[in-house]
Amino acid sequence: MGAPARGFTREQRTTIVYGILGFVMVLVVLQLWLLTATMNAFLGGDSAVVWPAGLASTACLALNAGLLRYLRRLERAAARASGL
Amino acid sequence: MTTPLDPRIDSPGREGLTGTARSSVYEAVTDRDQISLPPDGRSDSAQPAWRGDFPIDWPADHYVARRDFTRFLVLTSLAFSVGQWWIAVQQWWRDRRGRPPLKRIAALRDVVPGSVLVFAYPGENDPCFLVRTRDGALLAYGQKCTHLSCAVIPDPERGVIRCPCHEGLFELGSGRPIAGPPPRPLPRVLVEVRNGDIYATGVEERTV
Repeated sequence: MGAPARGFTREQRTTIVYGILGFVMVLVVLQLWLLTATMNAFLGGDSAVVWPAGLASTACLALNAGLLRYLRRLERAAARASGL
Repeated sequence: MTTPLDPRIDSPGREGLTGTARSSVYEAVTDRDQISLPPDGRSDSAQPAWRGDFPIDWPADHYVARRDFTRFLVLTSLAFSVGQWWIAVQQWWRDRRGRPPLKRIAALRDVVPGSVLVFAYPGENDPCFLVRTRDGALLAYGQKCTHLSCAVIPDPERGVIRCPCHEGLFELGSGRPIAGPPPRPLPRVLVEVRNGDIYATGVEERTV
């Protein structure tokens, strides 16, 4: 996943950031649900879900960080294209 | 005839007045990415006069606002992930501690049917209560409500355990919630009678 050499226009970047924001929102809500469900299970003495939920939450974080990194690369490409 | 405004930064006579010139004095923008659009989308001539003095680039503003919100959400995602691993560490620590030790609570003859005895188990900061019902059964539970840790009050006559903070109600026989906000049953303390004494032997936490 890479930005084109000429860079996207600002309108295109705004559309992309909307898409990324929507995706990140869904992942964060999923993480919130994971956290509350795991806390409930942990307080109830159920240890089976703790480690899988930790891994799933980390995977969500990695996806989110990757999307943010992609956004930064887009901005750098746009800055290079406009000579800033 | 008025002198045209010199838009140059710190030009003679305008030192320190940078950024005060109207946007119209600058060269016309031709780069598509740099065109400023008013929020209502109408033409510049249809805009109120003050907008010329405060030219806000709304598309850029929208872009930056959403990008920064995305960054904030990723930070929130990191916080949730850290919380998740904190639970995992607590779980590891709990597994490492193992089963709590045996502890004498009281002599059986001192706990008459229909009475309640408060004790601490497994640690000194873990309040619990023991109920001896009219038919002689021994029931023991953790005293912290599973909603917000208020101290629950057993009522052996009515067969319930009540939390006075938010009107939570548990069944005395099982410790399961039957009304109010508590999400889980009370932790059950396992008890045994040995040589006329009552001992706590473990804690059973439950989700349902």
